[in-house]
Amino acid sequence: MKPVKITDNIYWVGAVDWNLRNFHGYLTQRGSTYNAYLVIDDKITLIDTVKEGFTGEMLERIAGVIDPSKIDYIISNHSEMDHSGSLPEMLMRAPGAEIIASANGEKNLKEHFKWDCKVRAVKAGDTLNTGKYTFTFVPEPMVHWPDSMVTYLEAEKILFSNDAFGQHLATSERFDDEYSPDIIMEEARKYYANIVLPYSPQVQKALNDLSGLKIETIATSHGIIWRRNISRIIEAYKQWSSNEVQKKALIVYDTMWHSTEKMAETIAAAFSEQGYNYRILSLQQNHISDIMTELLEAEYICVGSPTLNNNMLPTVAAFLTYMRGLAPKGRKAMAFGSYGWGGQSVKQVHEILESCGYQMLESAGIKFRPDDEALKKIRESLIKAI
Amino acid sequence: MKKYVCSVCGYVYDPEKGIPEEGIAPGTAFEDLPDSFVCPVCGVGKEDFEPEA
Ligand SMILES: [Fe+2]
Ligand SMILES: [Fe+2]
Ligand SMILES: [Zn+2]
Repeated sequence: MKPVKITDNIYWVGAVDWNLRNFHGYLTQRGSTYNAYLVIDDKITLIDTVKEGFTGEMLERIAGVIDPSKIDYIISNHSEMDHSGSLPEMLMRAPGAEIIASANGEKNLKEHFKWDCKVRAVKAGDTLNTGKYTFTFVPEPMVHWPDSMVTYLEAEKILFSNDAFGQHLATSERFDDEYSPDIIMEEARKYYANIVLPYSPQVQKALNDLSGLKIETIATSHGIIWRRNISRIIEAYKQWSSNEVQKKALIVYDTMWHSTEKMAETIAAAFSEQGYNYRILSLQQNHISDIMTELLEAEYICVGSPTLNNNMLPTVAAFLTYMRGLAPKGRKAMAFGSYGWGGQSVKQVHEILESCGYQMLESAGIKFRPDDEALKKIRESLIKAI
Repeated sequence: MKKYVCSVCGYVYDPEKGIPEEGIAPGTAFEDLPDSFVCPVCGVGKEDFEPEA
């Protein structure tokens, strides 16, 4: 496998994970890449590594440029294992290499790998000179881990952004001008909704930190490298991190005997009546990570579950747990569902949505099958409330 | 009243401001936060906070 040249002295030496479909619960239907970058100067620098198991692929690419033992510095922007997994082996291959990370990164790497090797901890604005190049480090805590950091190379106007601006997308093409822009943006959006969303306030701070830099290339740690549509992805991050919503409602549900499903359709009709775009999303057919992408700019989230053994259905509980963690802010919400007796699920769903800080619409619970009269009532009271 | 810093993510709790959106009124000293308090950014508990240097 060959390295890919970015500029005269900088190469992509990462690995493509064609088969990845599950990134701890996020359906990565297009696979992913782990991007590592090799910078040739008087001193040789490797920026990030790849997931364990892909080390050989990375080493082969590095060897296409230089002997891996010649690496002097390894910048670890983020200690999560998809980027740090090869570090132990790289230290064996390049025993003289010094690892550079944020202060939290230093702590994480040492704890995670049970290391006592030396890690140089850097803080905002610290630099590394490798000859003609000077790298500047900008820790961006909680975008998306406490240790997260980006590295800027002014001479080439490249931002090594690690997970920020990434996409889970396996391709042989490396640049955004070589691949469908719409697919790249769709995957960037899904990535934001499923990984970055809880840290939107920190993203806004990071965008602010970076606004003074002249950036011509964003070299991410996953997916495609941005060099043509930089403003498009930056603008999208501004938009997504703003938590601004549009006239859009999601109706997410699971159903046992189609009663909760009927209610979902009725609720959707009420939103349609009020001029909202809507999505009816069965948890039997839709992956929770795709629902999160739809939720990114939805004003309303309506969640329906029948009652099974005094509880909501496990699919609904899983979705709510996932959504609560990703913490979209400032939404309006509603719980609904049908039941045979008890009907606890509706209250349980309501309580979780309320605990997210959402403005709640009145819940709708229906015993047994909803008849036309009952559905009409839901529809009419919802039209008034929206 | 002293500011406290989250040692994990760097979030700073400012007692002058409190965190009204989390129901913590302005003027609430760090010491008076409930034991259930967690960092609004990264979720760790009070024990991971240190007085600002
Ligand atoms: Fe990560
Ligand atoms: Fe990552
Ligand atoms: Zn914190």
